Amino acid sequence: MMFWAPAAIALITTALAITRANPVHALLWFVLSLLAMAVIFFGLGAAFAAALEVIVYAGAIVVLFLFVVMMLSLDRAAALREKMFIARPVWTVPVMFVAVLGGAIGMAMFRENLPVMAGRAVPPYDVALKLFTGDLPLVELASFLLLAGLVAAFHLGREAEK
Amino acid sequence: MIAYLWLVPALPLLGAIMLGLCGGALPARINGAIGAGSVGLAAVVALCIGAAWLAHPPPQQLFTQVLWSWINLPGFSASIALALDPVSLLMMLIISVIGFFIHLFSTEYMQGEEGYSRYFAYLNLFVACMLLLVLASDLLVMFAGWEGVGVCSYLLVGFWFAEPANGGAAQKSFIVTRIADIAMLAGLLLLAVQFGTLDIHTVLAGAVAAWPAGTAMPALAASLLLIGGLGKSAQAPLQTWLPDAMAGPTPVSALIHAATMVTAGVYLVVRLHALFALAPGVLAAIGIGAALTVLLAAFAGLVQSDIKRVLAYSTMGQIGYMFLALGAGAWGAAMFHLLTHAVFKALLFLSAGAISMRLHHEQNIFAMGGLWRKLPAAFAAFAVGAACLAALPLVDCGFFSKEYLLAALWARGPWLWAIGIAGAFLTGLYIFRAFFTVFFGGAQTDVAGSYGPRIIVPLAALGAAALVIGWLQAPEFLGGAAAFSAFLAPAIGVAPATHLPVLVPLTGMAAPLAGMALAYTLHANGFWRRQGAATPGAVRRLCQTGFGFDAAYRFLFVTPFLVTVRALRQDPVDQAFGVLERLAVALHKNLRHAQNGKLRRYAGWMMAGSLATFLLLVFA
Amino acid sequence: MTDWRDPAGLALALFLLGLLGLLARKNLVFVLMSVEIMLNAAGLLFIAAGMRWGTPDGQVMFIAVLNLAGAELAVGLVLLLRLRGRLTTLDGDAANLLRDAP
Repeated sequence: MMFWAPAAIALITTALAITRANPVHALLWFVLSLLAMAVIFFGLGAAFAAALEVIVYAGAIVVLFLFVVMMLSLDRAAALREKMFIARPVWTVPVMFVAVLGGAIGMAMFRENLPVMAGRAVPPYDVALKLFTGDLPLVELASFLLLAGLVAAFHLGREAEK
Repeated sequence: MIAYLWLVPALPLLGAIMLGLCGGALPARINGAIGAGSVGLAAVVALCIGAAWLAHPPPQQLFTQVLWSWINLPGFSASIALALDPVSLLMMLIISVIGFFIHLFSTEYMQGEEGYSRYFAYLNLFVACMLLLVLASDLLVMFAGWEGVGVCSYLLVGFWFAEPANGGAAQKSFIVTRIADIAMLAGLLLLAVQFGTLDIHTVLAGAVAAWPAGTAMPALAASLLLIGGLGKSAQAPLQTWLPDAMAGPTPVSALIHAATMVTAGVYLVVRLHALFALAPGVLAAIGIGAALTVLLAAFAGLVQSDIKRVLAYSTMGQIGYMFLALGAGAWGAAMFHLLTHAVFKALLFLSAGAISMRLHHEQNIFAMGGLWRKLPAAFAAFAVGAACLAALPLVDCGFFSKEYLLAALWARGPWLWAIGIAGAFLTGLYIFRAFFTVFFGGAQTDVAGSYGPRIIVPLAALGAAALVIGWLQAPEFLGGAAAFSAFLAPAIGVAPATHLPVLVPLTGMAAPLAGMALAYTLHANGFWRRQGAATPGAVRRLCQTGFGFDAAYRFLFVTPFLVTVRALRQDPVDQAFGVLERLAVALHKNLRHAQNGKLRRYAGWMMAGSLATFLLLVFA
Repeated sequence: MTDWRDPAGLALALFLLGLLGLLARKNLVFVLMSVEIMLNAAGLLFIAAGMRWGTPDGQVMFIAVLNLAGAELAVGLVLLLRLRGRLTTLDGDAANLLRDAP
């Protein structure tokens, strides 16, 4: 029960997110999807991941997205155009393709009858221990990546030299 | 003296090289002198060798002179060597002496022609190759000479190459003889593989020892070599090239297509008679083919209006007679007829050339007439030649050789003899048709110029020879002289003496006389002229074109070849490769759509690829 | 704890939804958002795997994925802004300078 309700919410809100014409609306639906995911993470015993999902993903990344979208200040004409872009015929081929892919992977995943195995909740202590002893290079790499992203965003975002 | 044998082919070869290299720079007189002189010197050497031979023949009547070793492999060896025995001595004398007279004639006949030095270079080269052919001790050297004379024939028939028809005639002669030569080469290879050598004596001895008479191997070898001989001698079914080869200058026709090259087939069979004697089936086939050729040539010669074509068909027929004798196993009779034919045919061709050179190179007999008064020398020469050809009794050499030949045929089988008689009648008919039409009746064309000594001397010499040499081999009722057969006996054996019923030689004398009489009657009647002027009917057309052999060959070989060539013109193999090219272009056109710059499409394709990989990994 | 295959199935479904959005939408904002959805789905799968094996590796990878998503989004949005400045449209298909594109 802990799993299926948030799962349903996640699915529905994601589907809504990708079909909106207004980007702000879409992003807001996306946020709801992320919150549902956080609940699922918590239900899977990954409390730390749940926290991070809310704080970082929903709280920073999507907010960044929203800022930029608002900066774009899309007008009425743009909204109408957007509505045209998502007319019914546009979806047929992608849906077919995705269905095929999904069917294939799903069949692969669920064809073997494995015994149901209970999992284990992993507390944040274990995560921290692993992260700062065995996977330390990952932390370093993550910082490299963030630095690179920062510099790139700063440089590319500059106004052109007059 | 006999050791100077190598000089005989070497002198004309040297002449050819000199003329070829610097003939263009020398004046015409010098070129003529070199051309005729080299062959003349070779003739002198040959005559001296002949005299030495008669005085002191070498042991076993065979002289071999090895010049160089050519091939020396574990399975096969060949050397360039010359061998002299009575048969090749005879041939050598014929070629060099008659060749000299024809060269002498040419110096005046071809005077003023452009390409004078080229002509003599080719002619000298021809004489050298022909001498090599007859003097060769090894079949491989003989084949080299064989091919050489074929090339020279091509060069000389197509001498006036500016006219495309001449080139076509030259190509025709070369290609037909070449096809025959392929068969001959196959025969030579067969012999080489069997015996490890192509030395004539070794091969013949080996064949007699290893192959019983009447079996398949000698028959195969003999028939392959025979096909080569048939092509070179213009016998059926390979005779189509000879009438068209008259496109060359007349002295060329005299030398090549009368006296020497076309006799190479006869020489080949006589040379290898031991092999042919092992294959009686092949001999029978020779007889049948020769009979066909004799009749074909006689009928065709009866309706020609170009004098050279008349003589060409008569050559075909006379060589057919020689092959008839060969088919009957009468090697000596064939060789005697070869000798007399060389003399009188050269005489006939030279006199035809002498006539036409005074008539602005006119060759149609119906454009000539009443020339006996105006061209007495040519008239006398042609008369002697025609008498020999028809074998009129007693006065000429043709009679003696034909009698000898017909006697040998009678001994073999009456039906062959009957064909010989029919041929003799027809020969008399057609040659005297030409004779009367050309020299009698009303004059049609005016005569220009005069003859120099270089025209008269060869005609006189050949005419005298034609009258005299017959007596070398006389039939019984005229003394039975057998000098000729005695001379050749060590090489080809002695034919068994047969007694002929009296009717046989009488019929042999009567037939040509009857032919001549009929020809005269029809001439006095004006029949020949009327027939010549009228449009030819179907039968005449058939005879005129040599009985449709040309048309048949065109249908069987030329047309399919041309059709194939046209079909292949687009190069189907290349077109097949073009499929790859077109496929590549089509793929390009279609795959180009993937590079459309649309982001989502690229994403879609990436996912499709991932899907495919996934499916492959999971389900395969 | 649930059977790991349930969250895995959900992750698959969410991933497919993200893919659908990527393929169907022309507006680049939505394309970037769909990419985020897909990354999130991958993260869910990692968490599920970590739960199943009982190791912290799942959550560590999730942190890495999060990191990546952030950096990538930042750069992507900047590029989006630059594109809009050039072409005054957010249509991804408009950024096409290929000659004779069909």
